[in-house]
Amino acid sequence: MAKFNPNTQVDFVVVGSGISGGIMAKELSAAGLDVVVLEQGDYLYDRDFRYDQLKRTSHSSLLSEDANPVTFRQTDKEKAVLSSAFHYGRCVGGGTVHYSGSSWRHHESDFHERSLLGSIAGTGFDDWPVTYEELEPFYTKVEWEIGYSGLGGVSPFESFRSKPYPLPPMPNKSSGVLMERAAKKLGFHPVPVPVAMLSQAYRGRSACIHCGFCSGFGCQVGAKSSSLVAVIPAIEKNSHCELRPNSYVREISVDKSGRVTGAVYFDANKKEIFQKAKAVIVSANGLGSPRLLLMSKSSLFPDGLANSNGVVGKYFIPGCGASVHGIFEHPLNEYKSVTTTRAIEDFYNADLKRGFYGGGRIDARGNTPPISFALGALSPGTPRWGSEYKKALHEEFNRTLTMQGFLTCLPLESNNITLDPEVKDAWGLPAMRVTYKDHPNDMKNKQFFTDRMLELMDAAGPIKKWASLVREERAMGHTMGGCRMGNDPKTSVVDRFHRAHDVPNLFVVDGSSFVTSARNHPTCTISALAYRAADYIVRASKNGSIKVPSA
Amino acid sequence: MESLAAQIIPTDDTPGAREAGAVYFIDRALTTFDRQQQDVYTQGLGNLKAKTQEVFPGATKFSGLSSDQQIQVLKAIEKTPFFAQIRTHTITGFLANPEYGGNRNEIGWKLIGFEGKFHHEPPFGYYDGEGNPAATTRKG
Repeated sequence: MAKFNPNTQVDFVVVGSGISGGIMAKELSAAGLDVVVLEQGDYLYDRDFRYDQLKRTSHSSLLSEDANPVTFRQTDKEKAVLSSAFHYGRCVGGGTVHYSGSSWRHHESDFHERSLLGSIAGTGFDDWPVTYEELEPFYTKVEWEIGYSGLGGVSPFESFRSKPYPLPPMPNKSSGVLMERAAKKLGFHPVPVPVAMLSQAYRGRSACIHCGFCSGFGCQVGAKSSSLVAVIPAIEKNSHCELRPNSYVREISVDKSGRVTGAVYFDANKKEIFQKAKAVIVSANGLGSPRLLLMSKSSLFPDGLANSNGVVGKYFIPGCGASVHGIFEHPLNEYKSVTTTRAIEDFYNADLKRGFYGGGRIDARGNTPPISFALGALSPGTPRWGSEYKKALHEEFNRTLTMQGFLTCLPLESNNITLDPEVKDAWGLPAMRVTYKDHPNDMKNKQFFTDRMLELMDAAGPIKKWASLVREERAMGHTMGGCRMGNDPKTSVVDRFHRAHDVPNLFVVDGSSFVTSARNHPTCTISALAYRAADYIVRASKNGSIKVPSA
Repeated sequence: MESLAAQIIPTDDTPGAREAGAVYFIDRALTTFDRQQQDVYTQGLGNLKAKTQEVFPGATKFSGLSSDQQIQVLKAIEKTPFFAQIRTHTITGFLANPEYGGNRNEIGWKLIGFEGKFHHEPPFGYYDGEGNPAATTRKG
């Protein structure tokens, strides 16, 4: 790993070391460009992760919730209140350290749904400025470089792929067998869930041991293909790259000509440091990236960097969900192995004949760790304590199946990230404020999926079943939009290669670039966009088309 | 406090919060990572005593009541923040890793059917093991 002086003008500062920041840093430094990665969180290793639900829930070191408060409101008429419901990964490796690893490609249609279906009044529903065809080689690169397990060519709905997955899918779980049973009965098409997880040893990394502690936990054996284990080690070995953990960026600076000159950050001792750079790449996720641009105010950009059109922070998409649950006669033991192994895509595409826009993917799961299960996931009507409660714990923990819908979520101008005018974080910086309310179509879609999932659950043959209440989203970990990409500088923040329309040497590469939600699950596409952006930026650097500030 | 935890997850034909030592977990939580909850407990235990005497005049302490009487008192306070907190702590202690003091001999995990070995091989459950003699058989 390199060690740069902050006064040395490096080629790039990358803000964030999650999957997009990690890929950017790895690819740019591999091309010989000097890169400093500023990661606000700690540097944790496999040995720091434990099968310890209490440690996770009581003193989380993986998430942003403690250090970075978030406030929430549904509309701009309300005063936002503190909420622990929106958060992101805050450690080296970002959200990929604690995510479940389910990692799907978007479908070809996701990139041009507006052309297929027409516009939806009052929304920012639009085509992406990138096609599936352009992105396909990078999807393949993600699956092979990062390490994915799956089975292509099974789903009749899947878009074309140039190469199979490098590893076979994970062994099917009982939830997956029940999903297959139900889907076949109803004429649907079950698909193995692709995961950023190693079903077999791969490139020096060991295979999954099916411990079951994926979602919310760091992987103890490094089988989860996070940025931390699949990308960061290459950065460590590269003499052109320096990764600085505990480095919390508060501002991207600009010169008089409107070019960025570097980043101001707090180190672990809250000392302010300015790192000079020829260009800056912001990969701070759907919440953090818009917030950082909004905090970077200057006389040239009084409303925040790259925000001359006022679009930064808008069209925030947290993703929508719905779920149904069933209790079965025999144990499923869903606490073992990966979160989910089978899904159906039979309702993936929107069908306007239903009377609304919406679609989604349904997977089968039941992997709730013991404490969270016992505190709140038992069947409705179960007493909250006493002998009946104990009986239900005994009967339901390993016999519960959940069908989870990952659903479309329309991009709306009124759903946004702004700076909270009152609440501050531990560094005295304005907290991010989320304003979000579901579009009526999203609510209809949730009800539609709830009904389909109840039919599916019935076909699986449970002893009893129930649906979670269809409700407006107030929590989600899949933060998308906020710095949307587009060809029109009036309606988007970055261009089709993630360069800010307003600033020639600023790039924003992460989930904030998303134009639409697709069917949620953003990580595979975030990763592919990052490889594509890196490919472009390396070429642009070499041919001098990134206009840099004077040294 | 132990009798209260023992009503949340009672002992019947299988061990409950008492045998699992949930109360040791609570002690530890209140002196370490959940120190800020001490006041809730101090106030809550005071109210519990008052409620005990209100419902059963002449009774001196909650733990001296019969099990049915204890349940009657707890039903009167089950909506309070104190009850919510001790419920959360009892359940958490019962199912947290045994090193925290409250899931002795993995009593909590045994009740719910969670094998605390943290590495597994397929078949994982009954349905993915059907037709396979190594499959998990129906539990209790």
